[in-house]
Amino acid sequence: MFQGYTAAELTSIFAMQGFAGLSLFSVFVLMALGLAIIFGQMGVINMAHGEFMILGAYVTYLTSNFFSEHLSSMFSLYFFVAMILAFIAAALLGALVEWVLIRHLYRRPLDTLLATWGLSLILQQGYRTIFGAREVGVTLPDWLMGSYAITDMIEVPVNGLFVMCLTILITIGVYLVMQKSRLGKQTRAVVQNRAMAGAVGINTEKVDRFTFALGCGIAGIAGSAFTMIGSTGPTAGQLYIVDTFLVVVFGGASNLLGTVASAFTISQAQSTMEFFLSGSMAKVLTLLTVVGILMLRPQGLFTLKIRS
Amino acid sequence: MLELSDYNVSYGQSRVISDFNLTVPDNEIVAIMGRNGMGKTTLLKSLIGMIPMEGSIRLNGVELSGCKSHKRVKSGLGFVPQGRMIFSTMTVKENIETGLTAVGGGSVPSDLYDLFPVLHEMRKRRGGNLSGGQQQQLAIARALASNPRVLILDEPTEGIQPSIIKDIAKTLREIRDARNLTILLSEQVLSFALDIADRILVIEKGEIVHDDPRDSVDENKVASYLAV
Repeated sequence: MFQGYTAAELTSIFAMQGFAGLSLFSVFVLMALGLAIIFGQMGVINMAHGEFMILGAYVTYLTSNFFSEHLSSMFSLYFFVAMILAFIAAALLGALVEWVLIRHLYRRPLDTLLATWGLSLILQQGYRTIFGAREVGVTLPDWLMGSYAITDMIEVPVNGLFVMCLTILITIGVYLVMQKSRLGKQTRAVVQNRAMAGAVGINTEKVDRFTFALGCGIAGIAGSAFTMIGSTGPTAGQLYIVDTFLVVVFGGASNLLGTVASAFTISQAQSTMEFFLSGSMAKVLTLLTVVGILMLRPQGLFTLKIRS
Repeated sequence: MLELSDYNVSYGQSRVISDFNLTVPDNEIVAIMGRNGMGKTTLLKSLIGMIPMEGSIRLNGVELSGCKSHKRVKSGLGFVPQGRMIFSTMTVKENIETGLTAVGGGSVPSDLYDLFPVLHEMRKRRGGNLSGGQQQQLAIARALASNPRVLILDEPTEGIQPSIIKDIAKTLREIRDARNLTILLSEQVLSFALDIADRILVIEKGEIVHDDPRDSVDENKVASYLAV
């Protein structure tokens, strides 16, 4: 598949596709972070996670419209406001869903799978009713448009770099929250042993709601990032849920570093191969590789080394 | 004072603890003995709310039945489970900090490290990498962090070498004296129970069949209950 390209051309193709894949990488990391936290904590596989992401994307769209109509002088800053609002909206919806639906279904993993699947359908229809079936796109502020030309042939999109920096900051933030904050420590205790966490005085229900809301909120931020690489439609989130599960399983559930590494591998492989092959062939090859590696290492890329 | 009355615990249809009545006055160390399968662990787990129970459990007059585990800890129960159940991927310090949740967080009080100096030495190690005896000390420190009125220990000597068992007995008595604790523990090792307890109970099939203060206990009789 590399015939007809000179070595210099190949280098620039790899570099540019690599940088183009950064936005996809960011969406994967943010989605997978939320999913991994929720799955690790409560054993809940949230099939509606993609719809939480799309909620964040719609919030970004609404914020961008609001800024261009009423606050056009500050339009260049709307994306920061949009991200915060996307986080809050998705986290609030997450907390509500946990309270109404999920908490009644703990210890029934299959039922939560069905319930969150149903929830995803409800949300999709909700978006269709409110925002219409047509896809919407946001206008990026000027400073996020365009690209840096590193050499004559290699150009790097600015928005991809920006989203990746944000993703790194958010990942570090989530890591610090989980490692250092009181709620983070309580969350890790509940993950390890729910009954015992209660017996040392941790309010496990409160921790569950916090975790679910946090995971969904991060998906909302992923939605903000998503508006830069795709147009927002009611069913756009569904396309990402399978890839995100792949990232979580491949990285080794409940390991942040593994999640980042696996998101990077998968998104880069995808992005680079898409240039040479069709999109579906690229996906087939990625999946086959991941399946192969998981057969050799079922626990995922990274695991902790401890006695029992 | 811890009072249990008309206390029942069942797994589905099978009743394991039936119509239990027990009063433990403040500052007393009570050892519950009995063979395997007689309901010791079930009783202690139900006290902290890990298993549902029926009837009444009152701590200093406050009714705790119907409360979730974390509320019971907040009301003054502390629990050291069988097999320690420390959070193995968290560090020693973090393990103790989980116990501070009920008292509003903060840093680990230094008197806990004074009681168990080895935990201070190992505070940055992961809990899962500690030896069994160290894990037992960690589990006790974690329970004490919530500043309980009643400390419940389920077979604290299980899998621990005899010399350390003696240390644990001594430490527990010291903790009781320093903090005016009430201690309720289940035990299979008669010598340890005689070493530590003020009062010895024997349960069989979920009922108390023997209840004597330490001084007047008939060792042979208790031993006969424990023999298969």
